[in-house]
Amino acid sequence: MGIPVEQILIQTINGLVNGMILALVASGLTLIFGIMDVVNFAHGELVMLGAFVGATALGVTGNFWLALVASTLVIAAFGAILQVSTLRPLLGRDPLTTILATFGVSLVLQKYALWQWGPSARKLQEPISAQFSLFYLQYPWYRIATAVLSAAIIGALYLFLKYGKYGIGIRAAMQDRVMAQAMGIPVPLLHTAVFAIGAGMAAASGVLFGPLAGVTQTIGADFTLRAFIVVVVGGMGNLGGSILASIFISLLEAYASLIVSPAQAVIVSFVVLILTLLFRPTGLFVPTAR
Amino acid sequence: MTARSVAGYWTGFAVVLALLVAAPLVLPEFWRRFVTEILIWGLLAMSSDILIGYTGMVSFGHSAFFGLGMYGAAAALLAVRPANLWLALLSGLVAAAVVAIFVAYFATRLRDIYFAITTLVFSQIFYVIIFTWTDVTGGENGLNFARPTLSIPGLFSIPFTTETLHWFVLGVVTLSYLILRRITQSPFGMVLQAIRENEPRTRAIGYRVERYKIVAVMLSGLFAGLAGILYAIQNKFAAPDFVFFLVSGETVIFNVMGGMGTLVGPVAGAAFFLLLREGFSRFFTEYYLIPVGLIFTAMVIFMPQGLLGFLRRRLNQ
Amino acid sequence: MLTLSDVHTYYGKSHILNGVSLEVRAGEVVGLLGRNGVGKSTTLKTVMGLVRPSEGRVTFEGREIGGMASHRVAHLGIAWVPEDRRIFRLLTVMENLRTGLDRPGVTEARRAELLDKIYASFPVLAERRNQAGGTLSGGEQQMLAIARAMMLEPKIVLLDEPTEGLMPRMVSQIHEIIDVLHRDGVAILLVEQNVPLTLEASDRVYIMEKGVVRHHAPAADLRANHAVIHQYLGI
Repeated sequence: MGIPVEQILIQTINGLVNGMILALVASGLTLIFGIMDVVNFAHGELVMLGAFVGATALGVTGNFWLALVASTLVIAAFGAILQVSTLRPLLGRDPLTTILATFGVSLVLQKYALWQWGPSARKLQEPISAQFSLFYLQYPWYRIATAVLSAAIIGALYLFLKYGKYGIGIRAAMQDRVMAQAMGIPVPLLHTAVFAIGAGMAAASGVLFGPLAGVTQTIGADFTLRAFIVVVVGGMGNLGGSILASIFISLLEAYASLIVSPAQAVIVSFVVLILTLLFRPTGLFVPTAR
Repeated sequence: MTARSVAGYWTGFAVVLALLVAAPLVLPEFWRRFVTEILIWGLLAMSSDILIGYTGMVSFGHSAFFGLGMYGAAAALLAVRPANLWLALLSGLVAAAVVAIFVAYFATRLRDIYFAITTLVFSQIFYVIIFTWTDVTGGENGLNFARPTLSIPGLFSIPFTTETLHWFVLGVVTLSYLILRRITQSPFGMVLQAIRENEPRTRAIGYRVERYKIVAVMLSGLFAGLAGILYAIQNKFAAPDFVFFLVSGETVIFNVMGGMGTLVGPVAGAAFFLLLREGFSRFFTEYYLIPVGLIFTAMVIFMPQGLLGFLRRRLNQ
Repeated sequence: MLTLSDVHTYYGKSHILNGVSLEVRAGEVVGLLGRNGVGKSTTLKTVMGLVRPSEGRVTFEGREIGGMASHRVAHLGIAWVPEDRRIFRLLTVMENLRTGLDRPGVTEARRAELLDKIYASFPVLAERRNQAGGTLSGGEQQMLAIARAMMLEPKIVLLDEPTEGLMPRMVSQIHEIIDVLHRDGVAILLVEQNVPLTLEASDRVYIMEKGVVRHHAPAADLRANHAVIHQYLGI
């Protein structure tokens, strides 16, 4: 094939960076599914809104990190409101109604963003413009920073779930909602909290991703689709699996775009999904049940 | 159904049909085309009702069937001169059938959410292929072609006018409706509904659920493809936008708003949605989806049976 | 303390509880016997708020709790040990216990105290405290399920067939645990298929048939007179 090794290594790094951002989005989605059986079709829209709110906050404060925190909090709060108004009434109904309801919400949010911020793309200025020499390229430090930051946020989430005060309650509710509630765990409240956390994480990834690609209201749909694929491939409700799957798929896509155009490289993720569903439907990274 | 409700049903049917026949004669041009479009989207909605409403398999993949029907017809209309209607129909149906076979295969192996996501991915696969394979499909710009004539080679050839096209579409859609209605009211249709209500029990009774699902998908796919063909004929172009999963999403909206499992419900849902879109566009221009989306979401929560859902029991005895 | 008055409960269209009335006084052990499918588990689930009664009243310490959300029922002092134990398999033994401990109003010191107490009563659990719940044997899981319930410091424990599937040695251990709870003043509503155990451990016994309570007597009477047991349970 004759692709130079440097290109492969560069694409490996790109794949890892994209993978970490996608992991941030997907972990929120899989957590939400794990605890309340909700397939949040609007998740990508939360990423998109996060990016827009971040851009606006950046414009107001002039500080990227402040904008990141502000956007995360705002969208987390919005997520809580969304869950209480549209998803709580659907508790106990066929889970497919949640896909429909969140689909409706995604349409509204997408058009609302268009109305609020207009059709032209927003630019989110990256906070670190320094670059370093990577082979023949000048590679932006910012990209490395996003990967590290995403990993840190996911790490914090993991620690919270493992050792945090409500972490055990959340994990218990993910395994057996009814029993958790019978143990006095306020499951409806946890639902709202987890949705808010997922929304916040989505917003953070939107802000982190913003400088890399520009902010328009169509980026949401793309994230939703890829996050869904990752969550299925990683095993629904499986946090570690979704992270591994995000990296796996992003790496494959990065390598694929050495050969075909990026628009076509997305088919890689589709193919991985279909193969997973055919052969290991519980998830590629889930140990097969004995 | 009692004899009286049967009579009532057919009376209602005849009235609606008469109105639709008369439509192109009394309505201004814009609304004429509007009604024709409602019929085409209604057919698409009916086709997806077979899967969603009757068998209980939520699918976001109908844009694949629709789009491939459209492109299949386009291929025939471009490849063969003079443009032949029947060839276009055949070609479109074959294309839709091929996709349906793929989806049918997955339908038997996946349930619920996994099936829904897979069908969504399917639409996107076809979207990407069509969007990027510019040489064959015209890529982003789609394909333009001439409208075929209503003809039997050697016998006659009548070009379509807006009126005659409308009646042709009406004829096809009405025929499709009658066929689908017959099917849903048959024992086959009853089994589909049993699968929706309680799949494990239906399987336990002894029905080969997989086979029924495959047939349901094929039926659904063929009629969706038919809608795509009609659309191609009416508008004389094919574009990748129609393969984008948003069309699938709109189809699902028609089903939910109109009332799943009623066949007529989704048609009403399509009409309702298109009218809402038309109406809201006047005030909100391209933001019509905000109020329409809100209405849809509210209906999912508060009115999940849709506009005509109350008729479901009556219509399916 | 706990009263059910003419409670009717449906699962979908099935009329499971057909007017159940019973009561458990503070500190009592009350047995609930009956054939499979008569509605014993459903009775417990109705108390716990897992199913909503369509008719009738459930009161606890004078307060109406029919249809209350189960996490609030738990906070009132009612703990549930379900039929299939329902251990959180991916959580460790310790974390399973924590699900009952991490309540508002419990100091860190009290938590440590409760944990120590339970580890003393169930040394097996102390040994396995960092093991995943799913790796425990059936008997150990049953102990964990009961221990977990005790973390709620309940006033009454709803025990659903605790000896099902257990070896005889374990059955006597369960009996001991019930006695310990009784001594600590915790009331127990014991649903069981194991008649001898129930008769020995309980103060009073109700016998259910087809969704209603058909017979009610002090356990002592039933120990002496087996005819009633024969009549309703065919044993």
